[in-house]
Amino acid sequence: MGQEMSKIEEAKNLTQNQILEELEEQLRVEEIEEQPDTIKTEEMVINFGPQHPSAHGVFRALFHVNGEIVTKIEPMIGYLHRCFEKIAENRTYAQFVPFTDRMDYVSSMHNNWAYVLTVEKLAGIQVPERAEYIRVIVGELQRIASHLLFLSTAGLEAGAVTPLQYYFDERERILNLFEKVCGARLTYNYMKIGGVRADLPDGWLEETLSFVNRLKKTIVDYDRLLLGNYIFKKRMKGAGKISAETALAQGLTGPPLRSTGVAYDVRKSDPYSVYPRMDFEMVVRFQGDNYDRVVIRSEEIKQSLRIIEQAIEQIPDGPILAPGLPKDIRPPVGEAFGHIESSRGDLGYFIVSDGSLKPYRLKIQGPSFANLQGFPAMAEGSYFADVVLTLGTLDPVFGEVDR
Amino acid sequence: MLTSGQLLEFANTNGIPIWVLDASIALLLSLAVFAICGLGVIVLVYMERKVAADFQLRWGPMHVGWRGTLQLIADAIKLISKEDIFPKNADPWIFRLAPTVMFLAAFVGLMVIPIGPKLVVQDLNIGLIYALAIPSIGVAGIIMAGFGSYNKYAMLGSMRSAAQMVSYEVPRALSIIGVVMIAGSAKLSAIVNAQSVWYVFLQPIGFVVFLVASLAEINRVPFDLPETESELVNGYHTEYSGMRFMFFLFAEYIAMMAASALTVVLFLGGWHGPGPAYLAPLWFLIKVFAVIYVMMWVRWTLPRFRIDQVMDLGWKVLLPLALLNILITGIIMLL
Repeated sequence: MGQEMSKIEEAKNLTQNQILEELEEQLRVEEIEEQPDTIKTEEMVINFGPQHPSAHGVFRALFHVNGEIVTKIEPMIGYLHRCFEKIAENRTYAQFVPFTDRMDYVSSMHNNWAYVLTVEKLAGIQVPERAEYIRVIVGELQRIASHLLFLSTAGLEAGAVTPLQYYFDERERILNLFEKVCGARLTYNYMKIGGVRADLPDGWLEETLSFVNRLKKTIVDYDRLLLGNYIFKKRMKGAGKISAETALAQGLTGPPLRSTGVAYDVRKSDPYSVYPRMDFEMVVRFQGDNYDRVVIRSEEIKQSLRIIEQAIEQIPDGPILAPGLPKDIRPPVGEAFGHIESSRGDLGYFIVSDGSLKPYRLKIQGPSFANLQGFPAMAEGSYFADVVLTLGTLDPVFGEVDR
Repeated sequence: MLTSGQLLEFANTNGIPIWVLDASIALLLSLAVFAICGLGVIVLVYMERKVAADFQLRWGPMHVGWRGTLQLIADAIKLISKEDIFPKNADPWIFRLAPTVMFLAAFVGLMVIPIGPKLVVQDLNIGLIYALAIPSIGVAGIIMAGFGSYNKYAMLGSMRSAAQMVSYEVPRALSIIGVVMIAGSAKLSAIVNAQSVWYVFLQPIGFVVFLVASLAEINRVPFDLPETESELVNGYHTEYSGMRFMFFLFAEYIAMMAASALTVVLFLGGWHGPGPAYLAPLWFLIKVFAVIYVMMWVRWTLPRFRIDQVMDLGWKVLLPLALLNILITGIIMLL
């Protein structure tokens, strides 16, 4: 018995030894395979945002990074979603105007305007001429304010801290003008269905004109300070390129689209308000890179200044609100789509009415959302530093992206 | 002035061992330099804020003390009283050591800078090489900070910094060879003594290359890539807070002081200036602050380069320029 046991043990040991030998053999093979040039490297994934100094609010994205080069971008949005489209279904038409302020909070006037424009279209309200002129003036001032903010952040992201202060100084003057008109500095709630909420205070137009004359001179200096800077040009030119075909396919609007050579501006393509009476040029550039997107904003400021001058010259006296409007507007059953050129692009509202006090359905087409679509196409394959700049030149406002 | 002979005699008569004497002298001198550093940083931070404010149409700090002079002390109290946040996965030793390494490297670099005739802690024969080599150990601190804090942003920032500092070390070292050739010595006091004409006039190319490379070396705009707030949040010191963060700030300002002091010594005539000899340290200080002002001017005016552009500038522009400078200097000296 004992002998047999020992034999079995021996056999076991033998097999175990064999197994060990085999294992060693395998390990040896693997060791040979593991040469330095076959070391497995892993892509680094950087989580960008939602709390990041350059996230422009609450943008989150995953950057797949190979060294300094970003190979893939996975954008994630929705961190600022506030259900505005659903809220609209539970508010009367007039009650929804303040909510539009909170969408694109950098150019609230345009949101007000696009919404009231659509409701007026739906209800067939004729807006008095003076109100239209006031809307054009404040709308263009708002465009200037928004573009000034854009230019300052574009400089900031490239590392130039000082231009921000200069641009903000000018923007401050616009906000002061707005404060005089409607009492608010950021969320204006100024436009009303059928006109505007209050007439311009005395001397406001002269003040605006003096601001326009001032900015006309200073903007040239600021252009030289930021856009003419050698390093800024070197950083911006050729980075974040996008072709006109891709831009159209991705649905880009506004300055990012016009930077690729596509001449599309709602003020010219589908004129509204009193824009047909104004003499101004649509700014179009052709490279489609970051630098063009920055320059377009600066040029548009100059065009807006021209529009404001003309509007101040032409503005007539008269009522500022359509006469005989009921307190509660009940548009007839139907649907309407109205859009304007906001600072960021084609801002559209689509409203379906069932004839009641409240809209049946309201859909917003935000240019920031559309422009953000083009972000991966522009930025993939460029340096990490340029990706941030590219995101900046799209000028997304996340209140509008998520709504 | 006390000579070493007198000191030795004093030690012998009182029965003090020589190593105690050495140690106490070293301690005293380093304390003195540390005090100068502390004062200098206070002045520099205040100056930086006021210069920045001046460039940006603002007032800067105005409320704490006379025209905001005590603002930095208030900030220091705030930073000291802050919680010392330690990231969960950070490497404890590397994370804690990093600010010290960076600070020490910048601080020790000041030891060979002569601020007046015979007013220097240690006038080494190879003082110039020391002044170039020792502060560049600071990059180790940055890499440690990036590696130790277990953060991808910090990691990227420290990698950039390593690449940048190593590549700018080369043109920076080459740009001063012309100075050594003319002065015939690598001793900093000898270089200053040799400057009857400021070397900035004899070595204009060398001066420009040295200044630009110095900006890159101390991570100032337009080369502040390791801490680009727009993409890397704060670069290598993203995870640091409170006192440790303050040490990084300290180290940066001391490095700036050391770099501008070296510029003054090499190119701007060191302590030379009109007036009696006892005004020498004053002239030196005025020059140092002038160079620092230029650095701040650049900081608050220019955007920053991208990493590949920084590398291009270093290797393709500054390095050939520095070599050209050596060639020209050599030819002129031969003729």
